[in-house]
Amino acid sequence: MGRFIILVVALAAIWLALSGYFDKPLLLGFGAASVLFAAFLAHRAGVLDAEGVPLGIFPGIVVYMVWLTFEIGKANLMVARQALAVEPKLSPRLFLVPNPPRSTLGKVIFANSITLTPGTVSVDLREDEILVHGLTDALCDEAGIKAMGERVAKIERGRA
Amino acid sequence: MIDWWLVRDIASWALILIGSAAVVTGALGLVRFPDFYTRLHAAGVTDTAGAELIIFGMMLQAFSPQYGNGWLIFAKLGFIAVFLGLTSPVATHAIAHAAWMVGFRPMLGADLHYGEDDE
Repeated sequence: MGRFIILVVALAAIWLALSGYFDKPLLLGFGAASVLFAAFLAHRAGVLDAEGVPLGIFPGIVVYMVWLTFEIGKANLMVARQALAVEPKLSPRLFLVPNPPRSTLGKVIFANSITLTPGTVSVDLREDEILVHGLTDALCDEAGIKAMGERVAKIERGRA
Repeated sequence: MIDWWLVRDIASWALILIGSAAVVTGALGLVRFPDFYTRLHAAGVTDTAGAELIIFGMMLQAFSPQYGNGWLIFAKLGFIAVFLGLTSPVATHAIAHAAWMVGFRPMLGADLHYGEDDE
């Protein structure tokens, strides 16, 4: 029931932010009806679980996204320097990093964080490892990526 | 007295120009890098810095003295920024994984050789 209420509140907030109607009772009524109907459908489809309505990762995920933004900025500068260099010094490498998050959601967050950071792409997901392709030695920061995984695992356990 | 609209314009212009530069840089890298996997990294610059900085610049432009209620446009651009950030790595991974699964192997090492790797 808790997840249902949270989903209704979140959907209502999105509806208001996207439509901008605050003073038209008919349209607000339609909006409320569609929000409740969508939440009911989600309940009926059985997706109101830790993956469909991931309450556990808040608020840690917000801090994580801000931190990730700065990491992406730093990596962007390094890749852009190679792209603009007269003679790009690339040394691509494949390496395995452990994938510490236990839930599917955590694994997806971690693998997507690796891919989102320019210079590293997650190529293959194994049982509890990720095969990563890195662009240069400086970007293949295995310790840094491992620390990122620990961070995601901490968020997933709700302790960050 | 500081003209905040001017400050807004300067910040917004800076973001949009840096974002555009990132898009061009990504495109240049896409052409210049040697193989499929390294080119994915160049595309990553366009995906992240390029798209997001341009959207942030546009978010600042949502407010203006002439037109009211910029919050709606601001929120919509914010949604676009978030969903771009969530979906573009999925697309990149789908491409990289598809290439990996059909047995396409990357160039490795500083000398960019194809060949036996330890994976």
